[in-house]
Amino acid sequence: MSELFNVSSNPHVRSKVTTQAIMRDVLIALAPACIFGIYNFGMDACIRLLIGVVTCVATEAIYQYFMHQKITIMDFSAAVTGLLIAMNIPSTLNVGYEIIGCIFAILIVKQLFGGLGQNFMNPALAARCFLLIAFTGPMTNFVTDAYSGATPLAVLKPGAEPAQATSLLDLFIGNHAGVIGETSIICLLIGAVYLLVKKIISWRIPVCYIATFAVLIFLLAPGHQFEAEYLLKELCAGGLVLGAFFMATDYVTSPITPMGKIVFGVILGILTFIFRMYGGSAEGVSYAIIFSNLLVPLIERVTVPKSFGKKKPEKEAK
Amino acid sequence: MGKCTFKGGVHPFDGKEYSKDKPIKELFPDEGEMVFPLSQHIGAPAVPVVAKGDYVLAGQLIAEAGGFISANIHSSVSGTVKAIEPRTLATGGKCNSIIIENDGEYKEVEYVSKKLEELSRDEIRERIKAAGVVGMGGAGFPTNVKLTPKNPEQIDYIIVNGAECEPYLTSDYRRMLEESDKLVMGLKVALALFDHAKGIIGIEDNKPEAIEEMRRKVADEPNIEVKELKTKYPQGGERCLIYATTGRSINSSMLPADAGCIVHNVDTIFSIYMAVIEGKSLTKRIITVTGDGVKNPGNFYVWLGTNYRQLLEAAGGAVGEPQKYISGGPMMGFSMYSLDVPVVKGSSSLLVFQDDIVSKIESSACIRCGRCGEGCPSNLLPAKLAGFAAKNDEAGFVKFDGMECVMCGSCSFVCPAKRPLTQQIKAMRSIVLANRRKK
Repeated sequence: MSELFNVSSNPHVRSKVTTQAIMRDVLIALAPACIFGIYNFGMDACIRLLIGVVTCVATEAIYQYFMHQKITIMDFSAAVTGLLIAMNIPSTLNVGYEIIGCIFAILIVKQLFGGLGQNFMNPALAARCFLLIAFTGPMTNFVTDAYSGATPLAVLKPGAEPAQATSLLDLFIGNHAGVIGETSIICLLIGAVYLLVKKIISWRIPVCYIATFAVLIFLLAPGHQFEAEYLLKELCAGGLVLGAFFMATDYVTSPITPMGKIVFGVILGILTFIFRMYGGSAEGVSYAIIFSNLLVPLIERVTVPKSFGKKKPEKEAK
Repeated sequence: MGKCTFKGGVHPFDGKEYSKDKPIKELFPDEGEMVFPLSQHIGAPAVPVVAKGDYVLAGQLIAEAGGFISANIHSSVSGTVKAIEPRTLATGGKCNSIIIENDGEYKEVEYVSKKLEELSRDEIRERIKAAGVVGMGGAGFPTNVKLTPKNPEQIDYIIVNGAECEPYLTSDYRRMLEESDKLVMGLKVALALFDHAKGIIGIEDNKPEAIEEMRRKVADEPNIEVKELKTKYPQGGERCLIYATTGRSINSSMLPADAGCIVHNVDTIFSIYMAVIEGKSLTKRIITVTGDGVKNPGNFYVWLGTNYRQLLEAAGGAVGEPQKYISGGPMMGFSMYSLDVPVVKGSSSLLVFQDDIVSKIESSACIRCGRCGEGCPSNLLPAKLAGFAAKNDEAGFVKFDGMECVMCGSCSFVCPAKRPLTQQIKAMRSIVLANRRKK
């Protein structure tokens, strides 16, 4: 035998889709909303977006360097986390707080639990909730040069002081106060369509989430039952669209089973409804998502798909 | 009518352009040794009926079935038996083989051709068995056994697998284009074995010429229908094909016959025709030699026992220094460490890649994207199964239906983290099967 060729187990070809390509697509999909955030809130927003990405990537690289692990920042997952954190803070937040949040997300929530794929909770949202609890005042201060006073969502809160309501059109376009990346529904939807078309995310979680939430608001919202305009404003205001398409769909912290994704979406809808209508703060999306993240192993356990042809196949016969 | 399909599946680069327009070329074996392994089928190895020094003719029986599930083996050339000794196969293992020194004269045994009308069902089965016909899609299940189900009256469909869903392969496609008459006849032979079976020819829609050609040929056959399948891997997997064409589903513990179906590969149907009508035993098959590592890809009609090196020469030799040689398709084929192996009944292709992309891949952490589950034709959760395999958790693996895996490779193919899911699951399956045998 003169030569030995390479051998390997089948298959001998692989798809071109890589983790890096997926994360890059997520970054692309988030771009319109980020650009609108910069347009809406100015350089403050731009600086915070950059700091978010840089801090998260640096934290991951430094941690892995000192732990003698392979440095995996080129999979862009840390960059996605950083961008999402920045999109989830007000443009007025002290940069120091933001950096603390980024380090918390990457170091505590992601790396200490084993890195990519092992975290039990969405790192970006865990950081947001951490900041919300630790620095409640600065995290809910939405007064900028352009806007003053409460966010549209706070105005919609049952029992809130009557105030100047934002028009539905402004809500949709994004001309109102809020965190950097959540205001423009149209920009977020452009990104969401991109992810859906490229099959990065499935429709199951966002559609079930928003549909469940919408039905509950329409039927049960205290004081606003069967009000179409109220319903639309609840859907457009706050972080629902950002959360439903970009954060609830995080692969690592959502169920892997198709049926599980539907259950997950429904639970998110119910929790968001409860938190927003009856909770202490106006916003409920972040808490709903990180709470549901904890239920994922349980959801997966009860939604294992039936394997092909299993049990009573004659029933399926024509 | 909608295109028939199944749930799951993936879309690899199909690569059929290399060889789809190359007509089938006869490839006479070089003089020298021809190797006939005794196990070219599922089941017991065949038992040699010749000894060293015997002179054999082309088409002569050299080993007979060694049990009920086994198959006869015939020499494809005339010459002298040189030895009976273990030789390496394309799958990497060794198998006792009959070595015949080809005298280059191709003196053949006499063939007895028959008309379908003259034959009884038992005679048809007997002729298929005598000719050593086995499934030629790769698995190599003896065809006469497949055509003798426990419940012959319940067979509703005989499905001809013309999906050829493996990328790069074009042998079935060329067969359908060039020998459609014989294929239809072969199918009619198989249908004649059952009272009310209907014939279905399933072809993927990336082969419109073949669909048109077969439709034309069955226009006057009320009992045979050509069904257009969506192009998707593994459309030609037995379970997927049955579901796509009939809506019936089977699992690992059932045979297609349990759902009233029998599935045959295109080349097997052709061999049935040759065996029953022309009386010729299975000694040749079509092989696609293709890939970016060969100069002139093509489809060849090859004598069984031919050395793979000759296939490569017939296709103009290698381009540069290819890193990977695969017997079969890129999704389920076997990579070979040596080309010094014989063509057997189940060899469908020699695929040559200049670049071995798999060896350069570094797998990273699972991001739980779920693509493996979406691509799985058995609707499993490969990421979970691979997890059980990594922990050697047999109970969990079986509970999550790991044994339903058909090892099609779709999960490894789609994984963005490039994890070797199929390999892990295959290994665990073998462990479970081995432990079951021990009990």
